[in-house]
Amino acid sequence: MVDNATIARQFIEAIPHAKALGMHLTKIDSGEAEITMPYSEQLVGDPRTGVIHGGAVFAVLDTCCGAAVMSHPAAPGGTATIDLRIDYMRAATPGQSITTRATCYHITRNVAFVRATAMDDDQDLPVATASGSFTVEGL
Amino acid sequence: MARTRPEPMQVVKQRRDAALNAIVDGVPYIRFLNIGFDRRGDELTGVLNFDEKLIGNPFLPALHGGVTAAFLEVTAVITLSWEFFFPRIESGELDAEDIFKDDTVRFPKTVDFTVDYLRSGLPRDAYARAFVSRSGRRYASVRVEAWQDNHARPYAQATGHFLMPQPPTAKE
Repeated sequence: MVDNATIARQFIEAIPHAKALGMHLTKIDSGEAEITMPYSEQLVGDPRTGVIHGGAVFAVLDTCCGAAVMSHPAAPGGTATIDLRIDYMRAATPGQSITTRATCYHITRNVAFVRATAMDDDQDLPVATASGSFTVEGL
Repeated sequence: MARTRPEPMQVVKQRRDAALNAIVDGVPYIRFLNIGFDRRGDELTGVLNFDEKLIGNPFLPALHGGVTAAFLEVTAVITLSWEFFFPRIESGELDAEDIFKDDTVRFPKTVDFTVDYLRSGLPRDAYARAFVSRSGRRYASVRVEAWQDNHARPYAQATGHFLMPQPPTAKE
């Protein structure tokens, strides 16, 4: 039997933009997901500092949140972002990859609620945190 | 007392376009997403040029939500920076060419950004316009909307808060 987690992993790995950013799904299980994105020169937001652009961090967080929803045992399949808010705590350290972890902490028939963090090598202070709501859809 | 003759239009245009290009072309991530800006006077419109790598749902197909968010955020930051730098460039205080060479020139930093997805993004070009609701000495609040075929039917909108560049003396 193919479980939701396998479907979600296959789905994430088939996304052209996830490939373009080099996203790698490292963990996915019952409403929790972890996706990493390696540092890349083309994602830089300020060429003088080499810091990754906030938009790229947003893209991984959004993908990770969607993956968390799809892997939830109560999710019938697909999902789409309704709303997502990102708070940027600090600049990501240049050269380090970004690891995002998302938790789908509540799901109803229609809406899934998710929160997530984005980290670099410093595990004490997140680079960014996210919270949002997602649709709940059949496949 | 004769009014001083206005500068020739080409000189004004050339200076303003050079300033805008200096701000936009210096950012690798903007080039990666292939976002351009259309300028009409002081009004900017972001243009996201469609590419296969921007797809987030290959079955529909639809633009990736992260691409839409990034497009909105880039448009917000560029519009805010433009409004911030423009008077300085016009007055001759700042040379557009020096923006990325001069370490003391800082850009607004995103504090938070909230995206509202209204419709799925179609696999084609998108446009965005940002409105600076308030720009103070320290913080700015910006609203931005994106549309595709029909401006009256936006496919996403966002609001964000930004920390404005601080004068070097105020840092210590």
